[in-house]
Amino acid sequence: MKLNGSEILIECLKREGVKTIFALPGGVVLKIFDMLHQQKDLDVILTRHEQGAGHMAEGYAKATGKAGVCLVTSGPGMTNVITALADAYMDSVPLVCFSGQVPTSLIGNDAFQEADNIGLSRPCTKYNFLVKDVNDLAMTIKEAFYIATTGRPGPVLVDIPKDVSMATTEFVYPTSVSIRGYNPTYDGNKWQIKQAAEAIMKAKKPILYVGGGVVFSGASAELIELAELTQIPVDMTLMGLGAFPGEHQLSLGMLGMHGTYQANMAMHYSDLVIAIGARFDDRVTGKVSEFCPHAKVIHVDIDPTSIRKNIHVDIPIVGDCKTVLRELNQILRASVNGEQKELRKPWWKQIREWEAAHPLSYQQDADGPIKPQYVVKRLYELTKDRDPIVSTDVGQHQMWAAQYFKLAKPNRWLTSGGLGTMGFGFPAAMGAQAAFPGRLVLCIAGDGSIQMNMQEMATAVVSKLPVKIIVLNNRFHGMVRQWQDLFYQGRYASSDLENTPDFVKLAEAYGAVGLRANKVGDLDAVLKEAIAVNGPVIVDVPTYRFENVYPMIPAGGCNHEMILEDPPELKTKQAGISKVTPDGNDTVLTA
Amino acid sequence: MEHIISVTVENKFGVLSRVAGLFSGRGFNIESLSVAPTLDPSMSQMTIVTSGDDRIIEQIVKHLNKLIDVIKVVDLNESEFVSRETALIKVHTKAEDRAEALRIADIFRANVIDSTPATYTIEVTGDPKKIEAIINLLQPLGIKELTRTGRVAVAREPIRASAVQPKKVARE
Repeated sequence: MKLNGSEILIECLKREGVKTIFALPGGVVLKIFDMLHQQKDLDVILTRHEQGAGHMAEGYAKATGKAGVCLVTSGPGMTNVITALADAYMDSVPLVCFSGQVPTSLIGNDAFQEADNIGLSRPCTKYNFLVKDVNDLAMTIKEAFYIATTGRPGPVLVDIPKDVSMATTEFVYPTSVSIRGYNPTYDGNKWQIKQAAEAIMKAKKPILYVGGGVVFSGASAELIELAELTQIPVDMTLMGLGAFPGEHQLSLGMLGMHGTYQANMAMHYSDLVIAIGARFDDRVTGKVSEFCPHAKVIHVDIDPTSIRKNIHVDIPIVGDCKTVLRELNQILRASVNGEQKELRKPWWKQIREWEAAHPLSYQQDADGPIKPQYVVKRLYELTKDRDPIVSTDVGQHQMWAAQYFKLAKPNRWLTSGGLGTMGFGFPAAMGAQAAFPGRLVLCIAGDGSIQMNMQEMATAVVSKLPVKIIVLNNRFHGMVRQWQDLFYQGRYASSDLENTPDFVKLAEAYGAVGLRANKVGDLDAVLKEAIAVNGPVIVDVPTYRFENVYPMIPAGGCNHEMILEDPPELKTKQAGISKVTPDGNDTVLTA
Repeated sequence: MEHIISVTVENKFGVLSRVAGLFSGRGFNIESLSVAPTLDPSMSQMTIVTSGDDRIIEQIVKHLNKLIDVIKVVDLNESEFVSRETALIKVHTKAEDRAEALRIADIFRANVIDSTPATYTIEVTGDPKKIEAIINLLQPLGIKELTRTGRVAVAREPIRASAVQPKKVARE
């Protein structure tokens, strides 16, 4: 069968099981788009910006567990998608990005819309390919999907020059792929797993510290079995939320900089940290030299470079979380008896004391300004029965969502962890919605970050992606403002947005629905109304401007030394503001 | 501590920049790097001289292994190895210095590979200390140009009691 390069691309995507691609056309990819236009199997979602295309593919991948696919043009198309690639690389999201390139004869000539796509994407992709010959195209695409979805997943770029997309050749779909330099380890070392099981049996104060690896490996069932079998408490990283049910009695919630009190205290005082698919990021470890000072560390990760990168590990196990946990559970099932529960009684007593001493808290007055935590809590309670997918941007609202939206299952949580990309949430939610048209997809956003990819509302309306955006609107870059209040004597350098657009009118301008909740009493009704709308909605919720996220471990601080509430001088200052404007919402402060 | 890492990679474009990018992106040191194709032309052999404590070296080896174009990584410091480096030194030679330059070259078993009335180009091979030593001795004469290959190294074969005949290696 003779096909041109563009047809080969489409044929390969179909055989990889791809249903939807997120794309924006341009000169050198016109042939590919022309061919896409003439087929019916692949759904093409036209985005308004390439960054949006990248994040949509990420959202699709995180919600489905399969590779997300995006297609962009050369030059600015490529540079615009870089942020999404870097984001996917940090958070191990399987992504295959196709970029157009100028014809091979022009590469290196500073041609119109030429960029060194390979050079640009090298540090932010797992691997990248420049296809110089149409005969290599099918194999390259096969390898790209293989690399993106196996081992520690990640983004792969395939750069296709214009002439390659047009040239014709005999299409042969490769049946298998083998790359001699790439053989990810799935099975953990048996002896090490046995060591781990023994350590777990003996530990008096063990803690499970689980991350996004559990989600991508599909190991939630195995994790639940392990925790329940051994009665070990579970801390989740930001990326790991949903890997273990948030309402489970063994869950201590999220750990780290804005983790719960009990999650961080349990890490600090534990005698055995069992890290599974987590990478000891600095937002989790705090001060490395005083991280888990009393603990032995077991670390299960498919990426050997994650092990001993930041902290010392006593029992390293390189392997897939699911495979390793299965084997571990098998050993433990045979050996666990009543003794462990007895052994850990004092530990659980201590943990319950921590929980009771400093639970997550905020104060919502019935007639006061709306507190952002309250919005997330109400949203959670109103929607939890519908098993929603939740995306966030980055900042205060993200942390409140992580703290108060307790996910029951994996692949429901779309957030930008490693790179911390503002503007991620809305397009990611759209990607998930494209994968699951019937599901409820929520995007919890801040007024600062939602503006970073607002243009995609046009895509949501045209492509009928009924994402519900809830904007926690404090007219600040809230997390920046929080740090300035705590560490820069309240000097609000470029954190006060002063004016944000009227999100209701903005939604309407795009042809979507805009709603606003001005009072605490209105909130439930407005949220319900939004959920009932059959189309994209922005719910604007003006919130108390000076709310801060607690607990907080200052950068480089120790895990057991958390700030639990606003320091007194900050409270005095806020009280002063509230005297002038009781809702705290209408003052622009200059310190 | 200094380590010599031998890396077998795919012989295709862009691999060198992946390796170099890994070192610069993660703040690892490269003291020298040499690369050339192996007997199998689809692969290249890199010898990287780097330094760092045990934790850093472990990370360097793991990260190199993680690169998809890397086929094999050996930290030569984990066993015995031999290493060599070649330098080409172009030295000014006034009439009264020419004999001295030759004497120095002779002491180091170096060769003069190019000669003009005012210069000698000396080729010397050895471990880095030897090369430093000849450079120090030639410096007073005036070194016009100096180029060094960086080190190449191979692991020593372990000597067994029943020494077997080494396998014949096909020569190209």
